[in-house]
Amino acid sequence: MRVALAGNPNSGKTTLFNQLTGSNQHVGNFPGVTVEKKVGTLKSDKSVEVVDLPGIYSLSPYSLEEVVARNYLAQEHPNVILNIVDGTNLERNLYLTTQLAELGIPMLVAVNMADILTKQGETINAAALESALGVTVVQISALKGEGLTDLIAALPQVAAGASPRPLCFTPDIEPQVAEVTAKLPASVDEHLRRFYAVKLLEGDQRIGEDVEGLPDVTANKEAIEAACDDTSESAIINERYNYLTRIMPSITSKDSTKVKESISDRIDRIVTNRILALPIFIVTMMLVYFVSVSSVGAVATDWANDGVFGDGWYLDASPIVGLDGAQADFDEAQGAYDDAVAALGAGIGGSYEAYDDETGENSVVEVDQALYDESVAVVAAYGETSDSYGEAGPDPADFGIWVPGIPPLLDALLLEDGANLDPDGWLYGLIMDGIVAGVGAMLGFLPQMFILFLMLAFLELCGYTSRVAFILDRIFRRFGLSGKSFIPMLISSGCGVPGVMASRTIDNEHDRRMTVMTTTFIPCGAKLPFIALIASAIFGGVWWVAPSAYFLGIAAVLISGIILKKTRFFAGDTTPFVMELPAYHLPSVGSILRSAGERCLAFAKKAVTVLLLAAILIWFLSTYGIGASGLVAVENSDESLLAALGGAIAWLFAPLGWGTWEATAASISGLMAKEQIVSTMAILYDSPDGWFSAVQGAFGLAAGYSFLAFNLLCVPCFAAMSAIWREMGSVKWAAAAWGYECLTAWMVALWVYQLVGLALGECVFGLWTIVAIASLGAVIYLLVRPNKHKQAASR
Amino acid sequence: MKTLRDVKSGETVTVVKLHGEGGIKRRIMDMGITKGCTVFVRKVAPFGDPVEVTLRGYELTLRKEDAQMIEVQ
Repeated sequence: MRVALAGNPNSGKTTLFNQLTGSNQHVGNFPGVTVEKKVGTLKSDKSVEVVDLPGIYSLSPYSLEEVVARNYLAQEHPNVILNIVDGTNLERNLYLTTQLAELGIPMLVAVNMADILTKQGETINAAALESALGVTVVQISALKGEGLTDLIAALPQVAAGASPRPLCFTPDIEPQVAEVTAKLPASVDEHLRRFYAVKLLEGDQRIGEDVEGLPDVTANKEAIEAACDDTSESAIINERYNYLTRIMPSITSKDSTKVKESISDRIDRIVTNRILALPIFIVTMMLVYFVSVSSVGAVATDWANDGVFGDGWYLDASPIVGLDGAQADFDEAQGAYDDAVAALGAGIGGSYEAYDDETGENSVVEVDQALYDESVAVVAAYGETSDSYGEAGPDPADFGIWVPGIPPLLDALLLEDGANLDPDGWLYGLIMDGIVAGVGAMLGFLPQMFILFLMLAFLELCGYTSRVAFILDRIFRRFGLSGKSFIPMLISSGCGVPGVMASRTIDNEHDRRMTVMTTTFIPCGAKLPFIALIASAIFGGVWWVAPSAYFLGIAAVLISGIILKKTRFFAGDTTPFVMELPAYHLPSVGSILRSAGERCLAFAKKAVTVLLLAAILIWFLSTYGIGASGLVAVENSDESLLAALGGAIAWLFAPLGWGTWEATAASISGLMAKEQIVSTMAILYDSPDGWFSAVQGAFGLAAGYSFLAFNLLCVPCFAAMSAIWREMGSVKWAAAAWGYECLTAWMVALWVYQLVGLALGECVFGLWTIVAIASLGAVIYLLVRPNKHKQAASR
Repeated sequence: MKTLRDVKSGETVTVVKLHGEGGIKRRIMDMGITKGCTVFVRKVAPFGDPVEVTLRGYELTLRKEDAQMIEVQ
């Protein structure tokens, strides 16, 4: 048996789905679109499959989710529609029910939030609802798990029973529906005929796509329009709502026409208050950021990077004091030993001969007996210390329950036990330096991402995210973005992967694509070490470099928004900003954990597939080179394939002031992970004074900032690039996004080097200066030109 | 013609007619703003747009630009 779960957004649909299926579910996409499709089987009966349809308000042809849902219902013939309705918001929820009833599929209506209704002292007359709609009704609380046994028990009976009785329209419309139903070709299934007839009368353009020979219904529509003094589509919607308004008093004790102040309203009075809204919002976001990025999240990421993917870690923190103490003892003993050995010098034995400069004779120098004895004692003491700690220092396992990290474990496995690999061999290098280091660097972000997603899931499920959109819509709209774009941008300042993934909550396709395309302009956490390097090595640690990186990112987002909105690809505004502000409620711990877990899992899957390949590729390029005898592992990285590749395309970056193979290769390695740029530079900028001073010498101020700007704005790491691909849903759009990002990065870097460099005397006026001025002019024109698409749309 | 855009916060009005067409009009109606429906304008967002209204027992937000399509009395 197949059950399609349908209902409004915020009706508790996801909670019910999780309650029914538990962990027996998998997430995919509906064919050909980026709308998420979750399928699961009942916990109590594995033969019952539940399909979670997207949350929808109607079955109109205008939104992607609604089209996906109705196509599924009409074409896949589920045995039962399980329609969940929010009991605290019955009237609008039942509007969808009246449409679902026309599909000719048996339907069970689950009235959710029974617990809240009881708390508010309201009742719902289920019997009256059953007779009004001609369906079976159960009352449940998805959050508390109440009434679910009744619901599951009712499913087979409903599936075996009759389809619901659809709403009978008034005499203005009903005869027309009957007439169109009769005119439909025989190819339309019996149970779908009424649905098709109503959709045709609504003037639905998409309903005929799969059926040939649909009748012309212009005359019927005109008849309705004449009778109702409205378009036939509006007339039908009016009738549905009028019917519901009429039956509502017999079903619920709540009077929806009266405006009462609930707890939710009182919260909202403060949270979206004219004066307090912004401060509250800023504090909330700072808190989210502080917890997930700088405090708890940073600890978690350190644990993952230095513990799990490092040497190892303790189950609890207490042994660390013991280990640190022992390490300090060991270091002190070792230091004293070294000093003593130096002091004894050649004088072991009590005296030695030394050449005296003044007299020009050799004289016998007596060693201070006290110092000598002391030194001997220190040497002896060191012997004891090193006996108890071993030559390598204290063993962490002696101080508590020590869990070794993955690299030492693998090391032991590969080098000693079974495999006996050669530590200089290619296989060992591939596994340790390629796969473990590469994928480990990615997965190291998981704990931090999990904490971030936990907090965002809470904000989303409790209803605050909608308020953020309400507060910020005015500002973001100016830049061609939606109020909901803020959340992805904020998350991107931590990590671009979840940031791009968070854009899924934006329902307008144009806004979503624009957000996906521009959100990684915001510097992510992995770019911080790189920003810090440039700021300290090239700019001598001046304070403004790091903040300017963020301003640059934000400016790139906003300016892109204005420019792109004026192109034909993003023109027009098909889905309006008409959004429900759901009542605040405390979400269940389970749903928060599940939401965060799902997002992390999606990232982890990417990390071990696409990223694995990318990690191996970068490792291969940086380890191997073309030597005299063909492909060999190279000693110096400047002989590697990466260096060769960097050299081959370095000319691209010459106009930006850093057309060297080192800088190019560092940028390429940044595709793996942005923090990789720093470690690659540390290897490539080799000099006797250390790599830091080599970097210092390699870039001028303008070239250094141009290098920074390019790497901040160009395509993100492979993980984020694949997230962009996923969310765009097509290679074409993904490629457009990547191309746009690279072009933007290149142009901004060009302006920085050519124009600032000219002012600083770092470069001379030439062809590229003209290109820089011309492209800057072109971008300014694109920015200020009138929006002809908007005029066309409003006309 | 008085539209929802002109209504001050704290006032309650009745919908007379919906102008406009296509997806925007359909969406507004799907959310329950139909002829004869009572709409209470709860507040305006901190930056002056959009507005928050209460109808049919729930909260809805829409931009002033779209509210202009809703004729009220």
